[in-house]
Amino acid sequence: MSATFVGMPAFPAAAREALSDTQLRRNLAHATGTIRAKRAAVVGEVDEWEELRMAGAAIKDNTLRHLDEHLLRLEKSLTDRGATVHWARDAAEACEIVASIAKQHAVDEVVKVKSMATQEIGLNEALATQGITAWETDLAELIVQLGDDLPSHILVPAIHRNRAEIREIFRDKMAAAGRPAPDDLSDRPAELAGAARLHLREKFLRARMAVSGANFAVAETGTLVVVESEGNGRMCLTLPEVLVSVVGIEKIVPTWSDLDVFLQLLPRSSTGERMNPYTSTWSGATEGQEAHVVLLDNGRTRALADEVGRQALRCIRCSACLNVCPVYERTGGHAYGSVYPGPIGAILNPLLRGTGVDDQVDSLPYASSLCGACFEACPVRIDIPEVLVHLRSKVVDAHRSAPKAEAVAMKSASWVLADSKRLGLAERGMGLAGRLLGRFGRKVMPGGRRALGRLPWPGSLWSNARDVPAPPAESFRAWWRREGRR
Amino acid sequence: MSAREEILGRVRSALAAADPSLAPVPRGYRSVVPAGDVVELFAERLVDYRAELTRCTADTLPAALASALGDAGSVLVPDGFPWEVPGGVPDTGQSAAELDRLDAVVTLAALAIATTGTIVLDHGPGQGRRAVSLVPDRHVCVLRTDQIVPGVPQAVAALSPDRPQTWISGPSATSDIELNRVEGVHGPRTLHVLLVSS
Repeated sequence: MSATFVGMPAFPAAAREALSDTQLRRNLAHATGTIRAKRAAVVGEVDEWEELRMAGAAIKDNTLRHLDEHLLRLEKSLTDRGATVHWARDAAEACEIVASIAKQHAVDEVVKVKSMATQEIGLNEALATQGITAWETDLAELIVQLGDDLPSHILVPAIHRNRAEIREIFRDKMAAAGRPAPDDLSDRPAELAGAARLHLREKFLRARMAVSGANFAVAETGTLVVVESEGNGRMCLTLPEVLVSVVGIEKIVPTWSDLDVFLQLLPRSSTGERMNPYTSTWSGATEGQEAHVVLLDNGRTRALADEVGRQALRCIRCSACLNVCPVYERTGGHAYGSVYPGPIGAILNPLLRGTGVDDQVDSLPYASSLCGACFEACPVRIDIPEVLVHLRSKVVDAHRSAPKAEAVAMKSASWVLADSKRLGLAERGMGLAGRLLGRFGRKVMPGGRRALGRLPWPGSLWSNARDVPAPPAESFRAWWRREGRR
Repeated sequence: MSAREEILGRVRSALAAADPSLAPVPRGYRSVVPAGDVVELFAERLVDYRAELTRCTADTLPAALASALGDAGSVLVPDGFPWEVPGGVPDTGQSAAELDRLDAVVTLAALAIATTGTIVLDHGPGQGRRAVSLVPDRHVCVLRTDQIVPGVPQAVAALSPDRPQTWISGPSATSDIELNRVEGVHGPRTLHVLLVSS
């Protein structure tokens, strides 16, 4: 696996490969099970949880409906407080802005606090092509970056790795990136975290420029908010002379006081804690630091124009939907082929990038059983199943041209079913097939009925993911003729 | 067209058919307060985050401070910190590398939140700039019991966005390795709160 999502196969192919990785499934089942239990316990403590969800959804919806006004207000309040505001239509433009700020300050390395927006735009790779190294400083991001791997979870990007794998990555790769791992490094989590602390501290102390995202941007006051646990965020936000924050335009909340909703919803939904260890807020340039804010579109206005899908822009990237999703738990994040995996990724990617353009993106609305657990877990009440169904219809519409095999099959089926004589004949044929296939069926389903293995193409499109029951040896009507008249 | 004009134009055309009316935001959560004593709740939640807690009075504070600092030889003391600190080094705008060579830091706080066990620094007098409570490995914070508010809504209402803020809940921690919580990654590995009865 290389450190880019470009060229990833469509979800069904990627998922099949992931399902055969038993180590991955064990790591994931353990991690998602743990975090589900923690989240349930701390959410259960809050009697007004449903009201907070309603408030969170309403605040975000109200902001999105007047996003142009809030963007202008945010720009003004940031500028008034000494920050420089940049606007980026797409990934390339955003990366170019960050690179040019680095060049103005003659820096060839930057430290980064984990940011979904900068992963989305491929900032690290873009900076590398201009000779600028970006060091990820979140422990999980460090594991992913050193392992030349891809993140697989919004909140815990290395959720697919266990401690033994992490130890190997640190021992093999740390030396080439700076301070090497200690020779006697064990796989105890505390020792692994200690090695990361020493390795990264030398980078924090010498860094002159940092890049961050923001969890929230307050239009009224120009306040950016970063929520984190390790202190690497605080290191990036406070130590370097120059701070560049890449902020998606959907991150806005109108007023400072609105944060009282999100600072309750986010920690409990994400890490399952009452509060994350560190939250930093700052308004514009502070303590003599030069501050830049890049307001990023990159498909967000496309999502905004979709009346059903617009609600996905409420997302606060907590990852609660990933941890409750039966599909994510078995396939992991890589199968989604994007920095936004899981149920939210299955809707966010097609909304940001459009349907009917890319087979990988078009496969994502189908990466779900529509069980609804994600909607129930979402702290801002995004109706993910509703959006999935809506996007499936858009994908179908985008590919509507020659009649498909399925449509042809349905048409002939309707001809058979429309007439009792034709149906009787078909059933006799099925009975014969059933007696034959039942004998050769390779699996036995619950209840004792035989099931077939994979069908030849085009039946394989159906049977690759499902057991196909052998047809019954006798139709109901045949049975009735034989038995029912006694 | 500039990126700014183009993005604003895209936003406006995306919203052309949208209903501009605003949904009501329920705010009943703001009047919900935890049952029982907020000081006891704060103490319980703080310790739950594996922070250390010493309760004292104004009279016993100097002894508690000395004890919390333990064997720390050099302790950064921000401007406006009102007590004598053994091994105290005034904040003269030390660089990150210089802060890294100090053993501990003492600060005051702006307020604390009971339901979450959080202390909030707004970096006013006695609290230091943001870096000083981050780089040294031990952070000792002096808090008065009357600075504790019940929940997050009361804290947000009392704080001003004009000041940068750092909300701290326990020592630096990570759960990135098999979701095991480990204290101390990049921030202070020890957080010790001295809670002064008022």
